[in-house]
Amino acid sequence: MSEVKYSKEHEWIKLDGDVATIGITKHATEMLGDIVFAELPEKGSSVEKDGTAGVVESTKAASDVYTPVSGEVVDTNQAIVDDPSKINQDPEDSAWFFKLKIKDPSEMDTLMNKDDYDKFAKETSA
Amino acid sequence: METKKTSLYQLHQDCNAKFVEFAGYQMPIQYSEGIVEEHKFTRNHSGIFDVSHMGQLFIYGGEDLIKDLEKIFPLDLKNLKLNHSKYSFLMDKDAGIHDDLIITKTKEGFLIILNAACKDNDFKILKEFLEDKYKMVLDENRSLIAIQGPKSSEILNDVINGVKDLNFMSGNWFTFENQKVYITRSGYTGEDGFEISIVNDFVDQLTRELINKGSKLIGLGARDTLRLEAGLCLYGHDLDKDKTPVEANLKWAISKERISKGDFIGSDIIIKQLNDGVSKIRVGIKPEGRIIAREKTKIFNQSDVHIGEITSGTFGPSVNGPVAMGYVENEFSKKNTKVFLEVRGKKHPASICSLPFYKKSYVKGVN
Repeated sequence: MSEVKYSKEHEWIKLDGDVATIGITKHATEMLGDIVFAELPEKGSSVEKDGTAGVVESTKAASDVYTPVSGEVVDTNQAIVDDPSKINQDPEDSAWFFKLKIKDPSEMDTLMNKDDYDKFAKETSA
Repeated sequence: METKKTSLYQLHQDCNAKFVEFAGYQMPIQYSEGIVEEHKFTRNHSGIFDVSHMGQLFIYGGEDLIKDLEKIFPLDLKNLKLNHSKYSFLMDKDAGIHDDLIITKTKEGFLIILNAACKDNDFKILKEFLEDKYKMVLDENRSLIAIQGPKSSEILNDVINGVKDLNFMSGNWFTFENQKVYITRSGYTGEDGFEISIVNDFVDQLTRELINKGSKLIGLGARDTLRLEAGLCLYGHDLDKDKTPVEANLKWAISKERISKGDFIGSDIIIKQLNDGVSKIRVGIKPEGRIIAREKTKIFNQSDVHIGEITSGTFGPSVNGPVAMGYVENEFSKKNTKVFLEVRGKKHPASICSLPFYKKSYVKGVN
């Protein structure tokens, strides 16, 4: 399994073979506040890098969820749709959003590693 | 224009508030526990809201003032008992709503609590209507806090003895640290509670004492979810100059006695609408499923015809689901009417429902 990578839109992605698991970062959940609604892409649909692939809503507002890489949606996490508060509780593990069969592994190279993301998150929220 | 800070700003910071600018003030939207927890804590225990940004307008006068204010507000102020409060609105001649407010009869005249974003304009309008005959003070030296929720009576009474004997929608002067505080049993959350008007220099101390007794500061975020679950309007969203009290389904707040006389600003339109009905009306809307329909969401009927718009919508933590209100064409306003809400290009089923979404009984003595 490869290292976890991060996007500027505050998604994390973990690659296992050619299947990537994607979710939103803890930093994102802290900015959003209590998440009360989640919408995920349909299984079998194709998503393009940096395109919208879901929605999360806090009591205050709705925010799009983007996909950091292109691919076909092979699985979605129904548990976070049924209980969106799970996203606040465990965003970077059990509250993943969707899994993609990725199209182009080189897209992973455009993403940040943990140190760079932490720095980015700190700078952009300051 | 520089944003203003309330006298509780330091305390908000001490409690790790996240701030937003609201009506020219730096106000706490939430604290570290978040909106959902703050909301539930208010429903189950007691929450303190800094509403010092709201206007506290004192108008001094006697019988003449009552007569003049009755030309403005659709209320029977003559028969309103001393220290009793009423919900009302400031209207234009077309009955469009400039602001919604709470007016209380005091020994010296009237105290009117105004929305922060409207207070300066309200002051101007009222001063003009009253032709400058009365002393009017939009008091910036006093803060206003609300304490709301089932434990609030006990907590506040521990600090200011006697408040627990106040009836709903009535008030009185009390003392705290030798300062005169005006307390009314009222609020905007659907819970039992109080609003406390106190000089700026003592509000920090009072609030800290209430926190020590078990209450907690609650931000504007939870204030919004609480009031929406309680079916209460937010000015600038559910109410504005293009809507009348009859359209807003607030005719209960208009005095029947005053309608029969029809001598207040906007009364022609109000009477016409009460007799002939209105084309649009405010309703509660309950989406099926979990989809949240926010302000400006379009409402469609079952034949896919656009029939209205959402004016407030969020997730209700106590209802544990989405809640909304909005205006629909009158013929679709009946309870249980099925409608569709267009969210992100898709139409989601919902139904018209009665308000409030969340009901708890207030203390006895509703006037």
